[in-house]
Amino acid sequence: MITFNQVTKQYNGSSTAVKNVDFTVDQGKIVVLLGPSGCGKTTLLRMVNRLESITEGEIIIDNDNSKDLDAIELRRKIGYVIQSNGLFPNMTIEENVMIVPDLLGWSKKKKKERFNYLMKLIGLDAKDYGKRLPQELSGGQQQRIGVVRALAADPPVMLMDEPFGALDPIIREKIQDEFLAIQREVKKTILFVSHDIDEAIKMADKIMLLRDGEIMQYDTPSEMMMHPKNEFVSQFFGKDRAIKSLSLHTVKNLEEVIGLAQMDESIQDTKTINVHQDLRNTLSMLLNQEADQVIVTNDEGGKIGSITIDLVQKYLHFEIKGKMSVSQEG
Amino acid sequence: MEDWVRFLEINAPRILELTIDHAILVSLAIIVALLIGVPLGIYLTTNEYLAGTVLQVASVTLTIPSIALFGVMIPIFSLINQGIGFLPAFVALVLYSQLPIIRNTYTAIKNVNPEMRDAAIGMGMKTHQRLLRVEIPNAMPVIMAGVRTAVVLNIGIGVIAAYIGAGGLGVLITQGISRGDNYLIISGSLAVALLAIIADAILLMIQKRFTAKSLAN
Amino acid sequence: MNRKKLIGNAFRIVVYALVIGFFIWALSNQYLSYIWSDSSTFLVLLRQHSELVLVSSILAILIAVPAGILITRPRFRKAEWLVTNIVNFGQTIPSLAVLALMISVLGIGFQTAVFALFIYSLLPIFRNTVAGLDTIDKNLIDAAKGMGMRPYQILFRIELPNSAYSILAGIRTAVVLNIGTAALAYVVGGGGLGVWIFTGIQLFDNGFLISGAIPVTLMAIGADYLLRKAEYVLVPKGSRQEART
Repeated sequence: MITFNQVTKQYNGSSTAVKNVDFTVDQGKIVVLLGPSGCGKTTLLRMVNRLESITEGEIIIDNDNSKDLDAIELRRKIGYVIQSNGLFPNMTIEENVMIVPDLLGWSKKKKKERFNYLMKLIGLDAKDYGKRLPQELSGGQQQRIGVVRALAADPPVMLMDEPFGALDPIIREKIQDEFLAIQREVKKTILFVSHDIDEAIKMADKIMLLRDGEIMQYDTPSEMMMHPKNEFVSQFFGKDRAIKSLSLHTVKNLEEVIGLAQMDESIQDTKTINVHQDLRNTLSMLLNQEADQVIVTNDEGGKIGSITIDLVQKYLHFEIKGKMSVSQEG
Repeated sequence: MEDWVRFLEINAPRILELTIDHAILVSLAIIVALLIGVPLGIYLTTNEYLAGTVLQVASVTLTIPSIALFGVMIPIFSLINQGIGFLPAFVALVLYSQLPIIRNTYTAIKNVNPEMRDAAIGMGMKTHQRLLRVEIPNAMPVIMAGVRTAVVLNIGIGVIAAYIGAGGLGVLITQGISRGDNYLIISGSLAVALLAIIADAILLMIQKRFTAKSLAN
Repeated sequence: MNRKKLIGNAFRIVVYALVIGFFIWALSNQYLSYIWSDSSTFLVLLRQHSELVLVSSILAILIAVPAGILITRPRFRKAEWLVTNIVNFGQTIPSLAVLALMISVLGIGFQTAVFALFIYSLLPIFRNTVAGLDTIDKNLIDAAKGMGMRPYQILFRIELPNSAYSILAGIRTAVVLNIGTAALAYVVGGGGLGVWIFTGIQLFDNGFLISGAIPVTLMAIGADYLLRKAEYVLVPKGSRQEART
């Protein structure tokens, strides 16, 4: 758990980067710091592991005031991932991943086991990749290594500064999914900086939207889109926030509220979609094919009905727009 | 300080004269080096096999200490009665300039954006048109950087040339040594340093003027 | 064999022929004979030359590398441009002048030559150390700090390995230059193989000239070759310069 108590950051006594920020990141949750560039999100993140000093206020990490801890010790207990992966070119992948365990003086055997486990998490062969150099890996692979390097010493807290920002969209999505799967297993407390709204909606348990170093709103993604607290928040998520919020709902949710349609057996080459897939992907699938329907399957692969554009629209209307506050649409 | 004023009053014309000699020696060497090095560098981009060898030979040449190269050249040039004086110094400076000029020309032309080259070919430019209008202008900043390296290098090496009677600012320093006169040594070395700095600045200016604005960085 | 290869091979053969021709000419005229006929002097000069180079180079490495590290630490960074400019200016002062000016400070002799060579070798090593450390991606340092590395760990595990190619290239440049400059040590009474070269110039004696110049040349080329090999071994594979581009 990370608690920010009235945290303020001033540079040279003049410009204020972060103003009286007050919030808590719950154990095992991902909080995404979101906002335009220069809003103070990265500064806020870097104050946690004291790469930036705290001018006023305090940050409590699992009951310890970060100020009372030795900066070096503190950092070794916090995983840190940055956009340009920061892998050291002079070290092999294994050496890179095992830096913090090495600093902590782990035994050779323990390091080896941990390395094998971590590589399994990201689906790379430990033996093959361990000896390679960072430059011999693709951008996506490098970033995966960057992520497991932060996980190496099993820190309870992770800081991620636009970790997937430099990747191309297709690979980014894949790695996001992969990371969420890993997170379900390791349940770290994560502070995640992003400037990408879609990424924030996808990754976050809660989003903190910042402007000029101040909190605009701190809420779950759906609350934020449905009940933006002010003009800035609603504008930031945009007029298409209703469509964006579709990614927070699954076919299953739709089935529970309005039910699926009958399958039209006469339509040829319709695609199938898993019932746990989100509605935004479902909609884009519907829009990108000839047929008017997509067959919905359950986890066992059985066909349980079909979904159409009409159904998505209906769900959008009643379930999402209906619950949104209309006032700020301006 | 007063001593310096008196020294300069007497010696200023001579220092100036030697500076000009020095500048002429280096300039002539650089011009000849350019006439050899740039075409050779361009040709090397079409012949990888030769490029390896030439660059290697040029790089070994540059490691030969100047006084040793002069030492070897005196007997060779004595064969045509030019053992001492301008010619061996001039040839040595041309040789030393080859590596920076050939290497920079070669890498600069090689690194011209292939798409730009394709576009030029696609427009129907002939090889020499392409070289003159596209490749050389784009390679100019890097070639000029090579020239600057060569000039600064040669101004320094030119000092040693005084020992084989080639004149120039080295004369002040060698005389200063034999007479134990620090004024001569210091004025000579400052003149050399200033000459190098000024030459570098002028070349940088030329480089900027002749470089398309979009390539200025 | 195609035409390009033919030209390449022809050039290679011409270069070899010139070098071999030179040696045949020199040997047939007894120009290298002093090395054998006066081998005791030759060995003394060779030893002096090696000592001049080794002592001054090692001293220069011991001073310039730590100085380069120091100036790139945050505390001293402000002075960096000043020091860099002084160094750049220093490099335009002729080596001969550095030697000559030391006479009035230290008199004539071996120590004077060593000191002048040391001063002159500082510059390339310092410059390349600073350049190597400066070009390291700042994100690497940030990542290292964020993972809880201490400053000395960042220096020894990240900064030095990743700037090794530049530092070692600076040392190579300095040593090769140094071998040549040591041939000028004669003018301050520092001995070395320059003694024969200068004697040759003064007496118009081709034998002294060539017997002095060829060993100096071979020393420089040999040192360059060996130090390149050493770089290949010492620089971590991932941070070699060619590998990056």
